[in-house]
Amino acid sequence: MSRETYKIRSQMRTVADGVVTGLAILATVIVVVPLIAIFAYLIYKGASSLNVAFFTKVPAPVGETGGGMANAILGSAMVLALASAIGVPIGIGGGIFLAEFGRGTKLAAAIRFTADVLNGVPSIVMGLAAYSLIVVPMGHFSGYAGGVALGFMMIPTVCRTSEEMLLMVPHAIREAALGLGVPNWRSVLSITVKTASPGIITGCMLAFARVAGETAPLVFTALGNQFWSTDLNQPIAALPLQIYVYALSPYDDWHRLAWAGSLVLIILIVFAVSLVRFVTSRGVLKGAS
Amino acid sequence: MGVGIEVINLNAWYGSNHTLQDINLNIPANHATALIGPSGCGKSTFVRCINRMHETNPIGRVTGTIRIGEIDVYKDAKPVEIRRRVGMVFQRPNPFPTMSIYDNVAAGLKLNGYANRRALDEIVEKSLKNSALWDEVKDDLKKKSGASLSGGQQQRLCIARALAVDPEVLLMDEPASALDPVSTSKIEDLIFQLKSQYTIVIVTHNMQQAARVAEKTGFFLNGRMVEFDSTHKIFTNPSDKRTEDYITGRFG
Repeated sequence: MSRETYKIRSQMRTVADGVVTGLAILATVIVVVPLIAIFAYLIYKGASSLNVAFFTKVPAPVGETGGGMANAILGSAMVLALASAIGVPIGIGGGIFLAEFGRGTKLAAAIRFTADVLNGVPSIVMGLAAYSLIVVPMGHFSGYAGGVALGFMMIPTVCRTSEEMLLMVPHAIREAALGLGVPNWRSVLSITVKTASPGIITGCMLAFARVAGETAPLVFTALGNQFWSTDLNQPIAALPLQIYVYALSPYDDWHRLAWAGSLVLIILIVFAVSLVRFVTSRGVLKGAS
Repeated sequence: MGVGIEVINLNAWYGSNHTLQDINLNIPANHATALIGPSGCGKSTFVRCINRMHETNPIGRVTGTIRIGEIDVYKDAKPVEIRRRVGMVFQRPNPFPTMSIYDNVAAGLKLNGYANRRALDEIVEKSLKNSALWDEVKDDLKKKSGASLSGGQQQRLCIARALAVDPEVLLMDEPASALDPVSTSKIEDLIFQLKSQYTIVIVTHNMQQAARVAEKTGFFLNGRMVEFDSTHKIFTNPSDKRTEDYITGRFG
């Protein structure tokens, strides 16, 4: 190759490198811009309505100004806690079965298929299912029904991400445990799951964040409540429901509260996710992720 | 103290692939025995039969008899019991990445329900001293993850982890092949010290290594054991033509 062609090729490589890097940066910007735009718009519209009353008061009766969403924040927290209590253990358990004990079996293939289908079921259908299975037999709407509907929505996401993360644990690590004379079940729980835990936790957080903003499954189940209630056996308020009702109302004051509620919902999700990340990222676990 | 290993008519398969055929040999107690041979000759499968790791592969199958001391490996005990008596060190260092150095060494005991803290402290210290790693890690036993060590240190950590369960036999499957020369010589020094207390079986591709650390050497080829004799004899005056061809570099 002559020196001239070498120089030209070198320049072409520099140009190609620049173009590809530029495209990658552009893609990143396109991903980040909507998130920032939504957040900025929420702050612009909602921040002015945020005050102490918003976090301490229940909604004001129609016609009166003021009031807050204290009951909706608490209701959301309770319903989501119930949903996580259902979705996380069942999902992780299913993922462990798929990745460790049922590998290659027909049962595992069937479960994997079912989980994928469940993942594609529209959220409103989940709400209807919970309605006919829980609300109708019980005779009334309830926080329980809402929690169950959201919990079932979490299962497939948690299950499949747990499976993927467990499969990523190197075979050498499992062999190390077995080679020490550790029984298989113990090796799975104490070594494989622990090694995969950062990824599994991310899966749980994704599922949590997804259902935290769900409105449709709650319409037929938790229903919503204008008053202070901590009873999951009764209709209970939830932030997405409250936002939905307020946003569709004809009152300007309620519109402002709906914006504030949306902002609070996002902040609470970010807060919950960060908290879990912080708690689980301390200690030696840090080196693993 | 180590015990001898007696292997009688051992055959092993991966699916329909007959990877070990009629292996017979006696591995002496408290010595290092090297297994050499070209890739795919079955030497790794052989050591994995000794601690019953071969059968953890769904398509792995074994027939024949292996005795460790008085114990018939395939008749008298469960795999987990055998693996506590037979430690194993793998080709690539594989410390548990989520555990501290201390927990890595204690893992075998802790995961089997052993919980006496003071005794654990002593065992961890003794094991790390035996694996010549203690001086390098004693200040951050519980602070650093096992994965944060260098490759050579990780391998010595894995040796400490295997020693902590107090085995009689130590299997090493190419323990130094992923390491640099300095770390390799540390591992070899270690094998030299350890063989007074344990029966060591080491698989290696490095013939100088076999010559340096082992009293006995076995040559494997195509799933059969061609020759088993004192290391000196194998490398200076092998009885089989194929052994001679291999050690003089004519193939493999």
